[in-house]
Amino acid sequence: MNYVSRPVRKKDAMALVTGKPVYTNDLAPKDCLIVKLLRSPYANAWVEEIRTDNASRVEGIAAVFTYKDVPQNRFTLAGQTYPELSPYDRLIMDPHLRYVGDTVAIVAGETEDAVDKALKRIKVKYRVEEPVLDMHKAKDGPILVHPEDNWEAKVPVGADNRRNLCASAVEESGDVDKILSECAYTVDQTYHTKANQQTMMETFRTYCYMDYFGRLNVVSSTQIPFHVRRILGTALDIPSSKVRVIKPRIGGGFGAKQTSISEIYPAFVTWKTGRPSKILFSRYESQISGSPRHEMEIRVRAGADENGIVRALDVYTLSNGGAYGEHGPTTVGLSGHKAIALYRHTEAYRFAYDVVYTNVQSAGAYRGYGATQGIYAVESAVNELAHKMGMDPVKIRELNMPVQGGPLPAYDGVCKTAASCTMDQCMERAKEMMNWDEKYPCRDMGNGKVRGVGVAMAMQGSSIAGIDVGGASVKLNEDGSYTLGLGCADMGTGCDTILAQMAADCLETPLDNIVVFGVDTDISPYDSGSYASATTYATGTAVVNACRELREKICSLGALMLESDPANVDFDGEYVYAGENKVSLRDIAVRGTCGNTQELQVTQTYSSPISPPPFMVGMAEVEIDKETGSAKVVDYVAVVDCGTPINPNLVRVQAEGGIAQGIGMALYEDIQYSKKGVIRNNSFMQYKIPTRLDIGDICVEIKGSYEPSGPFGAKSVGELVIDTPCPAITEAIYNATGVRVRELPATAEKIAMGMLKNRLEK
Amino acid sequence: MNLSFWLNGKLCNDEVEPGMMLLELLRTKGCYSVKCGCETSNCGLCTVLMDDRPVLSCSVPALRAEGKKIVTMEGMQKEAEEFGSFLADEGAEQCGFCNPGFIMNIFAMERELTDPTEEEIQEYLAGNLCRCSGFVGQTRSIRKYLAYKESQKKEGIRE
Ligand code: FES
Ligand code: FES
Repeated sequence: MNYVSRPVRKKDAMALVTGKPVYTNDLAPKDCLIVKLLRSPYANAWVEEIRTDNASRVEGIAAVFTYKDVPQNRFTLAGQTYPELSPYDRLIMDPHLRYVGDTVAIVAGETEDAVDKALKRIKVKYRVEEPVLDMHKAKDGPILVHPEDNWEAKVPVGADNRRNLCASAVEESGDVDKILSECAYTVDQTYHTKANQQTMMETFRTYCYMDYFGRLNVVSSTQIPFHVRRILGTALDIPSSKVRVIKPRIGGGFGAKQTSISEIYPAFVTWKTGRPSKILFSRYESQISGSPRHEMEIRVRAGADENGIVRALDVYTLSNGGAYGEHGPTTVGLSGHKAIALYRHTEAYRFAYDVVYTNVQSAGAYRGYGATQGIYAVESAVNELAHKMGMDPVKIRELNMPVQGGPLPAYDGVCKTAASCTMDQCMERAKEMMNWDEKYPCRDMGNGKVRGVGVAMAMQGSSIAGIDVGGASVKLNEDGSYTLGLGCADMGTGCDTILAQMAADCLETPLDNIVVFGVDTDISPYDSGSYASATTYATGTAVVNACRELREKICSLGALMLESDPANVDFDGEYVYAGENKVSLRDIAVRGTCGNTQELQVTQTYSSPISPPPFMVGMAEVEIDKETGSAKVVDYVAVVDCGTPINPNLVRVQAEGGIAQGIGMALYEDIQYSKKGVIRNNSFMQYKIPTRLDIGDICVEIKGSYEPSGPFGAKSVGELVIDTPCPAITEAIYNATGVRVRELPATAEKIAMGMLKNRLEK
Repeated sequence: MNLSFWLNGKLCNDEVEPGMMLLELLRTKGCYSVKCGCETSNCGLCTVLMDDRPVLSCSVPALRAEGKKIVTMEGMQKEAEEFGSFLADEGAEQCGFCNPGFIMNIFAMERELTDPTEEEIQEYLAGNLCRCSGFVGQTRSIRKYLAYKESQKKEGIRE
């Protein structure tokens, strides 16, 4: 093996570091109409009257559209395999406006100035109604977010628009209440995570144009090109065959672009006007009308016996879907499944949930996808349990963690056991790296500062079992090079390179001999897209299978040229041998273009019946100012089991980046609303993401395992890495100050108030 | 209004609207490396050099460039490649969207600070946000790059 497990450079690296024009807005035609949206100032209102004539008369305005102009098919913007679990609750524009920022009108014009002017000239009469902003009041409340009759849940997920329910269910195994009553130690606590924005540096953006076949071409910064094609077909009420989606380089996604946030608007404009158009979301728009992480409130009841064995877990999640249901029914599942499975001795569990509609910004997919919230809650509860029994939080995990070959409670629907798992080694190594035994629980630094340490475990999946599809097509070119066609979306993660590394090893060829191509829905093999930690694992397997088959084809043509039996030839990447005779790959490639009847191209599709979890341990050392309560992460260590790391550099950077985002979620990031449902944190001024001064030192190591079902033994890594900071950091804060923060983010104010309360109670 | 300024070593004359920001002008002139990530001067993606000093081109009116030397990454391709290869070797270029602004600011830092400490580096670059890399990979690449530059200088002296 030459490339797998080596830290090779990303294939697109030099183009990116030299600032080449490779992103959506760099490529958009100069004569694009500029598309902008008039957005609702109210959280719950109806458009009673809308007048656009004055706007249309502005010089340079090409079109103004309102709800009267759009098709009446409801759809979801969630990038999921059809039939989507997310309810069909959207129209391109609806007279019923359901959050501050909902679309009232689309304006397209020659210049931004013209469009801005026209936006001001649209006259709207709103009927303003009382919104439901508090998720606790949504279920069975008097205000319905989706009263419409043509609302539809395609899949039974317990959704009911008459009850503001986007999903609801109870899963049970064993008698939780009975076992909890037998437990020597129990905790019963509720944890609250807030909505967070992905804040990828490249905001949502798309441009569109018509081609000479009368088809709609859509170039977009998306993680889900094939789903976008289908969604646009439904939304515009045209056959999907009329739509082609192209993904150039993307400036980050983290799940935000697993929802088709920006595409429908320019697509509608271009389809209607025949003219190229583009939309660029401002940062403000991305903040108020994106697809942030679901706010969740999670109640955990956990019980352990006198030896520290966790025997029962009862998890109830209330998830705030916001105005539309994208990813609502699916994210919530992970909040239970991925958290409960961390405790292998669990004899009984209950996992119940409600996902509700409210009049706030619609939530969506954000790295971790519900697991982040659930793991924060369950890991925090277990930390509290450990303190109750006077046990080191590391110790309780050593007793209960997943082990190779061991069970994964609540996760057994998609993985009976952990076929590959080095969680024990991850813990051991993390302990060493953190110098845990010396630092636990805290150290007074003597300067008004105290440092505490905290620990958490995490797991995620690798693709959605039985649903996600990875596709790869490999062909031999005339010059002996290969083209690897992909349908998954590299969004900076490096999957184009990782998959090429696999292909290079399978074909025994230099990495530079592999040209990677993606994504164009007209040309790329079908792939469900880059989400759910699927790419390395599912698409990777498709790559391996495709290369294997292509080798056979190369051998077969080589055998023909050598006048030998295909069963008797060998291929070493350069030559096909038949005994003493050989023919070069180059010659076979040329032969492939002349009088040839054997295709030298293979497309393979893969879907996995299981979703093997990657595992990790994270430990934080946090310094707290005893006066102000302000917390700063000084050290974060993480040890990751992602199976075989295909590219250790990229694994490490993924982990570092995910941890930094997790630090933001734990300490700073919070989407807050005014009483009227207006977002306060609508820019980087108010929505603080970590800067390089905020993250301390992050130290990542890999303790690889070998996943038998994965390509080269690989599992996923992309999402897992955001799951440990919230529980580890809040635990470190507790160990330093005695303050348990159960509502994120752990701001200085909350910590200071907590310390004050503790002092007064003493 | 008429504006004349030096863009990547070439003298330019342009008619610009008074309200136009430098960022927009540079992009219309084909400098696509200059990115925009916010409206509040918080992200650093739009960093370019104005008379050798880093500026946020999103918040500098284009007319302020009058008579000035503006340099974008298009004008520093060789240098970008040189530093960029260190970034790429860490895998820390990731999505790349923040890279041009970040790297331009590193070039500014190199001119401004001699032998900067780690703290000085972090402070200098604090305004360059990155959501992908978690920053530590960027820091590793800077350290290695500066060490390499140092060794080159020494070699130069010896020769
Ligand atoms: S675009 Fe964000 S600082 Fe200039
Ligand atoms: S590399 Fe993506 S934002 Fe920095």
